[in-house]
Amino acid sequence: MGPQAADVAPVARVTDNASPLRRIASDFVANPIAIAGLALLALIIAAAIAAPLISPQNPYDLAQIDIVDSKLPPGSAAPNGGTYWLGTDDQGRDMLSAIFYGLRISLAVGVISTVVALIIGLATGLAAAYFGGRLEQLIMRIVDIQLSFPSILIALILIAVLGQGTGKVITALVTVQWAYYARTVRSAALVEKRKEYIEAAHCLALSPARIVFRHLLPNCLPPMIVVATVQVAAAIALEATLSFLGLGLPITEPSLGLLIANGYQYLLSGKYWISFFPGLALLLTIVSINLVADQLRDVLNPRLQK
Amino acid sequence: MSLLVFVGVYAVGNPIDILINPQADQEDRERAIAALGLDKTLPMQYLSFLSGVVHGDLGRSFVHATSALGLILERMPATLELAFAAMLIAIVIGIPLGLWAGLRPNGVAGRTIMAGSILGFSLPTFWVGLMLIMVFSVILGWLPSNGRGPTVDVLGIPVSFLSFEGWRHLLLPATNLALFNVALLIRLTRAGAHEALLQDYVKFARAKGLTNVRVIGVHVLRNILIPIVTVIGLQFGALIAFAIVTESVFAWPGMGKLLIDSINLLDRPVIVAYLLVIVTFFIVINLLVDILYSLLDPRVRLSESGT
Repeated sequence: MGPQAADVAPVARVTDNASPLRRIASDFVANPIAIAGLALLALIIAAAIAAPLISPQNPYDLAQIDIVDSKLPPGSAAPNGGTYWLGTDDQGRDMLSAIFYGLRISLAVGVISTVVALIIGLATGLAAAYFGGRLEQLIMRIVDIQLSFPSILIALILIAVLGQGTGKVITALVTVQWAYYARTVRSAALVEKRKEYIEAAHCLALSPARIVFRHLLPNCLPPMIVVATVQVAAAIALEATLSFLGLGLPITEPSLGLLIANGYQYLLSGKYWISFFPGLALLLTIVSINLVADQLRDVLNPRLQK
Repeated sequence: MSLLVFVGVYAVGNPIDILINPQADQEDRERAIAALGLDKTLPMQYLSFLSGVVHGDLGRSFVHATSALGLILERMPATLELAFAAMLIAIVIGIPLGLWAGLRPNGVAGRTIMAGSILGFSLPTFWVGLMLIMVFSVILGWLPSNGRGPTVDVLGIPVSFLSFEGWRHLLLPATNLALFNVALLIRLTRAGAHEALLQDYVKFARAKGLTNVRVIGVHVLRNILIPIVTVIGLQFGALIAFAIVTESVFAWPGMGKLLIDSINLLDRPVIVAYLLVIVTFFIVINLLVDILYSLLDPRVRLSESGT
């Protein structure tokens, strides 16, 4: 990566651009717990992407599911010669396959909602910081109102108003999240705005759009990366909670939360695996993302650099 | 603050939900629509709702056919009891552990406590609830997994905490709800204690020859208590909101469970009433915390009287 970049770009640019990235990478790997988190996260993402390839069974294909096999404990033999390593649910679905597919949906919903919220938050936060005045007051007042209520409450009310469905759940998650980004990017942009390079850009008579997107935005990004990483985990947890309450994704696309909810009624009769293993997958996902975010925060924080 | 209420009502006042049983014939349908006031235009409905609010009436539940506000008030003691119990658990566990971790930041215990608090933030509440049920109700069989158990009436309000059986029912949901706040209080107390120990007044107290217990128990604790009390106050609102999840897991008959049931049944007046009640809660809590803050922190009090 390094030598190739040196061939193409002038030497001065390489030292400017490549070294901070390389420094961040080397700082990141200095913490063994963070590496473990990253490795776990990579494994989870890989499992989610490769779900159709590695799952012993397609949990949506009714032809492959036999109701006779329902609620089998982990390790039971499957009729096709395989083994239900994590047991089966009330429909006779292999839990391991259901978890792989559920991970897919949970991660996709978490990432999509975070990206959309990030874009909205960046746009509003930057606009507030750059233009100031009434616009800033209006945006920040809305942010304040929203952040004074717990996210679960806002999401629930939105679902109650909008109705249920995948798009609506994502809308609710985006609504809950954007305020965090708007607030973070605004405070970062307010600091950056007063710096000399922005003044210089003004003196060059660059257009506001160019100043905001080419100069202000890149310098506000580091804190946003941290917030966005944490928020992916929060979004996944919130989606799971909504699904568990029966107000999330439709039953045709079972996310981890729905799998857990599905096993809830069997928990009392001792059939723990239907709820336990999806919960474990959810937990590992959230913890690994948080570990990575924690280390990113230390690495990207200029105050902690020596 | 009045804006909060307005935004909330406006957001929920907008939609028109279809409530009628799909098997009902056209005549039944129209009669039901008229009875519920859904035949009027939206602004009319909103107006009649507003005039009701002025008279202290938040509408009638579509499903239960009683006053929506009455339904919520009926469920409120259960939720409040749960929230108070959870806060108590969080304070009793969180502050001492946080203090311990703050005093010995590099010790094994301190590190373990901090790692545990990260877990407290990461674990999804509802899954922890399920695991608590699994371990304590199903495997060990020590505690009941759902409901409130027998209640004792105090001034006409049913409460659980006066009977042993009630305590047994309360323990698991309260622990579940407390978990996040235990982690929060640990982090807050640790950060406060960590910072306070480096201050001059602590060195001075030590130099005077005061015992360690007195330095920490009186001087340090008193100073770090201000932000902690603020957060406890503000978190109380969050506890009531998060009780929605815990109540659903443990089938606790509180406001949150009522909300979930109402959303599933599209019982709009109850949803609106719940929202109004909880917004009022948040406003009152914020106000109380502000007052408490000025009482606790002489700097705030003096600067206000000075201007």
